[in-house]
Amino acid sequence: MVTIYIDDKSYEVEKGQNLLQAVLSLGLNLPYFCWHPALGSVGACRQCAVIQYRDEDDKEGNLIMACMQPVQDGMRISIEAAAARKFRASIIEWLMVNHPHDCPVCDEGGECHLQDMTVMTGHNYRKFRFKKRTHRNQYLGPFINHEMNRCIACYRCVRFYRDYAGGKDLQDMASHDYVYFGRSEEGILQSEFSGNLVEVCPTGVFTDKTLKKHYTRKWDLQSAPSVCHHCSLGCNTLVGERYNKAVRILNRYNRRVNGYFMCDRGRFGYEFTNSNKRIRKPIFEGKVEDFDRDSAAAKTSELLKDRSKVIGIGSPRASLEANFALKSMVGEHNFYSGLSARENKLARKILSILRNGPARPASLHDVETADAVFVLGEDLTNTAPMLDLAVKQAIRNKPIDDIQQIHIDRWNDAAIREYLQDEKGPFYLATPSWTKLDEFAAKTYRAAPDDIARLGYAVAHALDESSPAVEGLPDEIKTMAEEIAGALKNARQPVLISGMSMRSEAVIEAAANVARALCRDDRKADIVYTLPECNSMGTAFLGGYDLEKAFEDVENGTADTVIILESDLYRHADKTQVDKFLEKCANLIVVDYLKNRTSEGASAILPAAAFAEGDGTLINNEGRVQRFFQALNPDPILQESWRWIRDIMIKLDDKKAEKWKALDDISDAVLNSLEGINPKIEIAPSANFRINEQKIPRAPMRYSGRTAMYADKSVHEPKPPDDPDSPLSFSMEGFAGPRPSSLISFFWAPGWNSVQSVARYQQEVAGELKGGDPGVRLIEPGDHAKPEYFKTIPDAFKPRQDEFYFVPLYHIFGSEELSNEAEAVSELVPDAYLALNKRSAEKTGVSSRDKVKVSIKDGQISLPVKIMNSLPDNIAGIPVGLPGMNYFELPAFGKIAK
Amino acid sequence: MISIIKTIWTVILHMFGKRETVQYPDEKVKLRPRYRGRIILSRDPDGDERCVACYLCSAACPVDCISLQATEDEHGRRYPEFFRINFSRCIYCGLCEEACPTYAIQLTPDFEMSEPERPNLVYEKEDLLISGEGKYPGYHFYKVAGLKIKDKDKGEAENEDEPIDFKKLLP
Ligand code: SF4
Ligand code: SF4
Ligand code: SF4
Ligand code: SF4
Ligand code: FES
Repeated sequence: MVTIYIDDKSYEVEKGQNLLQAVLSLGLNLPYFCWHPALGSVGACRQCAVIQYRDEDDKEGNLIMACMQPVQDGMRISIEAAAARKFRASIIEWLMVNHPHDCPVCDEGGECHLQDMTVMTGHNYRKFRFKKRTHRNQYLGPFINHEMNRCIACYRCVRFYRDYAGGKDLQDMASHDYVYFGRSEEGILQSEFSGNLVEVCPTGVFTDKTLKKHYTRKWDLQSAPSVCHHCSLGCNTLVGERYNKAVRILNRYNRRVNGYFMCDRGRFGYEFTNSNKRIRKPIFEGKVEDFDRDSAAAKTSELLKDRSKVIGIGSPRASLEANFALKSMVGEHNFYSGLSARENKLARKILSILRNGPARPASLHDVETADAVFVLGEDLTNTAPMLDLAVKQAIRNKPIDDIQQIHIDRWNDAAIREYLQDEKGPFYLATPSWTKLDEFAAKTYRAAPDDIARLGYAVAHALDESSPAVEGLPDEIKTMAEEIAGALKNARQPVLISGMSMRSEAVIEAAANVARALCRDDRKADIVYTLPECNSMGTAFLGGYDLEKAFEDVENGTADTVIILESDLYRHADKTQVDKFLEKCANLIVVDYLKNRTSEGASAILPAAAFAEGDGTLINNEGRVQRFFQALNPDPILQESWRWIRDIMIKLDDKKAEKWKALDDISDAVLNSLEGINPKIEIAPSANFRINEQKIPRAPMRYSGRTAMYADKSVHEPKPPDDPDSPLSFSMEGFAGPRPSSLISFFWAPGWNSVQSVARYQQEVAGELKGGDPGVRLIEPGDHAKPEYFKTIPDAFKPRQDEFYFVPLYHIFGSEELSNEAEAVSELVPDAYLALNKRSAEKTGVSSRDKVKVSIKDGQISLPVKIMNSLPDNIAGIPVGLPGMNYFELPAFGKIAK
Repeated sequence: MISIIKTIWTVILHMFGKRETVQYPDEKVKLRPRYRGRIILSRDPDGDERCVACYLCSAACPVDCISLQATEDEHGRRYPEFFRINFSRCIYCGLCEEACPTYAIQLTPDFEMSEPERPNLVYEKEDLLISGEGKYPGYHFYKVAGLKIKDKDKGEAENEDEPIDFKKLLP
């Protein structure tokens, strides 16, 4: 702690930060543009000027840039000094010289940092009499709109896109007044994190194209805190609603999870909630019915009476509450998790590894701060995108740690990057084919999953002799294993990353062994496993039988009625098997929000609320349980899946369900049912939480149009709907002051209308949210556990004559079920293909784009060939989840025929 | 006593004074152009809708009786898909007009809006849009703004230079 004097008042501030950061953390106002809490300082915009005085007697002082000045004990500065104010106002005036007269038609308006700063400095009239320079815009793909005239050349966009996120195709071009931020040729932005430009750019140059389709100002959005449903990382988001439609997603800062950024699948995937594949009315025997909730539940319950056996199939993309309700309804012995045998096994294995420790499950933030990374089997960019971004930060840590002697502060971004150039810390990557992270890795290893696992085992053995040794390892792999072991051993905070995507138990176990070996001798290590879906971890906690057993049960007639919860079975099991299963079911009841192949022939389909329309709880890959809240109040026939199940249970006279009046009731019941979990934890404040006896508003104070929005239907304004499930109100009414962090539905502070206002919600800039970051970690293994090593080392991969070994490949846009139905995302989903390297293709006598027949076990599909030279010989890649793709139990041997 | 007499005297004087009562509706009142009555949406000098769907009027409205939805034509010109004023809530304060950056929304000297049914007081864009420029002739927002629209390319707005070619190396 040091003492600084700002305008003659003394303040205690943390050492090691820059003055701008300190000033903002103190809650004072100081305009800035180029500094960003996650990107650091470059001192480019000159907006954050203050006066620094030598001592008490110094009345003149010097003008300094607050963002470039480390705080020093006894420092005396003035924000309010006339010279500083005048300087800052003139900077804005210069920036505005070429600024277009666009605010009314600019999507940034109302949440524009430039507007805020202009007001803050007091510049208001344009004196410049000459012409404005103009730019042409570029087409940048379906996500981002470009309006270059509004640029103030702060360089934040390229610093985020290139320096922070490792993108290449967005750059600064030309010089002085002509400087241009865009692509050398127009075209789709290649980075998976391009959506963050919307929040990073302080002006309206980069704006959200999906919001533009139904543009609404920030002040008119009714928003709610939500959790991303598009992968297992559970990034925190804000869903904005207008006219009963989700219209955009913004990042919701949570230091431990996603910090300031999120990926494009998460940001733009929400459009599936507006897709025309939505189920919006109950459907009975293929007929859309105009029922109300009660009659729909009654009619469904008829189907369940006098049945020999009813089984329920849960889902890894449904909330804990929904899965739990179904489990309670059909009983533990008739509940299926919705995962195949292999998926179930892998997910539970991961859960038990994390629970047994001693390596800690790492959050995204932990990965960002790690200084050595070893990835086993995961193509992070496509299976857990934000981990890709976290790794890109982690690889800078070792070099930065190493240069502490030259005393450059970490926030001094330009200086550090200049000094380090391309230097990278230890990062090793073992995957079957090329990934976007390859270029950042110290070494990559291309191999079949079993060989990847063997490398992992070898690394563990190199770290700790007592872990099982790998027989018959080629020398080069042995050397590589030793190199990796050495790097991990010397690290302050090594992290292991693996996951389910290779669908290989061996890979998962190998990663656990490395982590365990690292933790011997009181060292610490972190471990991350990625899972396929937003609540896969929740599914692992809840349990349930394998899908295959459900198929058997129906096949041999023990069960005849099946309730399927938010799941497309065709994504979890072989097509012919599912076909047969659905055929054989006498009664199929589906509760879901999107139509899919599974629900096509159902006897009853009940319309469920999607994430924007309902509340629930998810557990992310790290074991963090998080609550998402509904942003909009849908048509009453849409309700959360657990409510449908409850209503049916009540119709069937099941007493348990009567107690589940609101979310809190069922969510408490879920926590109570989970083994080894303290049922008293508070995921989020309960529905009766009030501040000054008031609810917490979803909409900002300046929400408009209340007496006109629905006046075409009725001039009698309806009372805002009640929300029995949360302390949030469906209006702007309620407590306007600081709220608990898990109930933040928008970021706003007086004078700060843009997302930069997040600083006002943090304990200190880039720190924890006031009141602590939301979410509760369920898995904290503790340091002392000494679990056994895994010993089943797989044999080295042996190619078979005339056969190929098929491994799964992933696409950020295309491999996930929900976002595939989002309009903008679907534009970027590739067509299904079969990947082979050139040699293998030649050997088989096929070339690029030839259609080939692929047969793996009983499944067949015809696919065009794509040459992917990074794949090892005899290995073929199958993209998972693309439209038109079938499910295959991978990795597996199979045949390719012309 | 004196004050009573004074009062009676004043009353008698008024009996011979000029009448203020207007025989409305037989006789119409004279309203000044700036009178704040029925709200209209005006058009720009080219005859296109002036409103650019910026939502500022709806934000300014103290009774929240304006609602709209922005949309764009194929050339990028933004306009309201619908625009609704619930006159049964409007207090004719004129704040929307003050807030409007394009002179689109204007209050007019007409207060004769009584309706037997409240829903008839809900005006949609079709009911609000007039064919002229209203009180503020001449202003054309899109000719000033930097946005490209049909028949107005980048660099063609007032006070704008030709768009630059960022690939040109000359300064
Ligand atoms: S970037 Fe901000 S200041 Fe510029 S036109 Fe847009 S809203 Fe206005
Ligand atoms: S485009 Fe935005 S972020 Fe990039 S330099 Fe311009 S104003 Fe800054
Ligand atoms: S990384 Fe995963 S959870 Fe985070 S935004 Fe992307 S899809 Fe959503
Ligand atoms: S303020 Fe003017 S331009 Fe903006 S929405 Fe209202 S009428 Fe249209
Ligand atoms: S924020 Fe300090 S110079 Fe830009």
